[in-house]
Amino acid sequence: MTTALPPADRKARPSRLWGLVAAVGFAWVVGYAVNGRLWDWVVYDLVGLDPDSRLGASIHFFVYDTTKILLLLGGIIFIVTVLRSFVTIERTRKLLGGRREGLGNVAAAGLGVVTPFCSCSAVPVFIGFVAAGVPLGVTLSFLIASPMVNEVAVILIFGLFGWKVAVVYVVFGLVVAIAAGYLLGRLNLERWVEPFVFETKLRGKTVEPSTNLPWDDRIAMAWQEVKSIIGKIWPYLVVGIGIGAIIHGWAPEDLFVDLAGAGNPLAVPIAVVLGIPLYSNAAGIVPLAGALADKGVALGTVLAFMMAVVALSLPEMILLRRVLQPKLLATFVAILGTGIIAAGYLFNAII
Amino acid sequence: MKIEVLGSGCKNCNALEAATRQVLEQLGIDEPIIKVTDYGQIAAYGVMSTPALAIDGDVKTTGRVPTIDEITGLITAAM
Repeated sequence: MTTALPPADRKARPSRLWGLVAAVGFAWVVGYAVNGRLWDWVVYDLVGLDPDSRLGASIHFFVYDTTKILLLLGGIIFIVTVLRSFVTIERTRKLLGGRREGLGNVAAAGLGVVTPFCSCSAVPVFIGFVAAGVPLGVTLSFLIASPMVNEVAVILIFGLFGWKVAVVYVVFGLVVAIAAGYLLGRLNLERWVEPFVFETKLRGKTVEPSTNLPWDDRIAMAWQEVKSIIGKIWPYLVVGIGIGAIIHGWAPEDLFVDLAGAGNPLAVPIAVVLGIPLYSNAAGIVPLAGALADKGVALGTVLAFMMAVVALSLPEMILLRRVLQPKLLATFVAILGTGIIAAGYLFNAII
Repeated sequence: MKIEVLGSGCKNCNALEAATRQVLEQLGIDEPIIKVTDYGQIAAYGVMSTPALAIDGDVKTTGRVPTIDEITGLITAAM
């Protein structure tokens, strides 16, 4: 850390870093502003494709959306990581420690959105929360909200569907997390938690991992995070937008309307059931969902599909199996799935 | 000195182990790095975000891979 540097360097580094941040920020704004015009020019004028042709429209959709989403992701992950370096999971647990159910579920879902969390630490978080006395239902609200309303999903929905749908997604996601966690808590299912969780004795004082970091470390951390997340998800993104572009250009207009339009009452549960085994992250699924919505699939159905893929993934269930016995895991999937289906129907009904 | 890396095989856990090994070699300390991968044990340390580095049973950092400088500082402080 910077303590190892001589005082002169410590002074010089942050200002240079801030200059760099400002320069990159400026380049970002310019890039975002000219994105549409740049690709209009490249695809239609330079390459000479017809904007009304399938090939032209699909290629334009692909390059324009890929650039837009990458810019949005990079910018927002950076900002979110800097902000999150002030919030820690340890602090969140402290905040949730004395909470009862009800209000506790609301707090847990809200904190699930702002607390840095990767699904690979779902199990230690579960043990850490429950062993520290956070009620089971409150813990589950946190574990549902965290992956579902994560920044990558919300940015992608904002970029491809607009801000209204993004707001609806966040609100519905939070409501589902709160309600499902509350209900699971009411059912008193603690007997179906693997016993070792309650036997775990927390020892030692909790370490606050990043609260005292200097600013340049936070910025370096955010830059690392942007690189690591985009490095991880770009293949999903390219494949997702690619399939989206093909659907956009070639799928017949009425193909999905017949299958999953507003006229089919079973479309929402089918979408959710299809979404569970489908392993992808938000980066792959949102562009695909965007193309489906373009082709007339009801928006509530599309939202339910995205929620199911992101919140109810098979790998996460396999991880949680270490702490939840099969009966509890099945109840968890059933209640969360029902909640997502209800959210889909509700959204279709009000739009 | 007892040096433990807590984490169940994620990418950053391996990065932390490699960084710690590098520091130990630089400092000429001949101690094994103990890998704690069991979730129950990790949680028992009070750790919820991996990877974590513990020296002599005390958790020093969690949730990130510290820089070589920081790890060197932590290990020399514990000597």
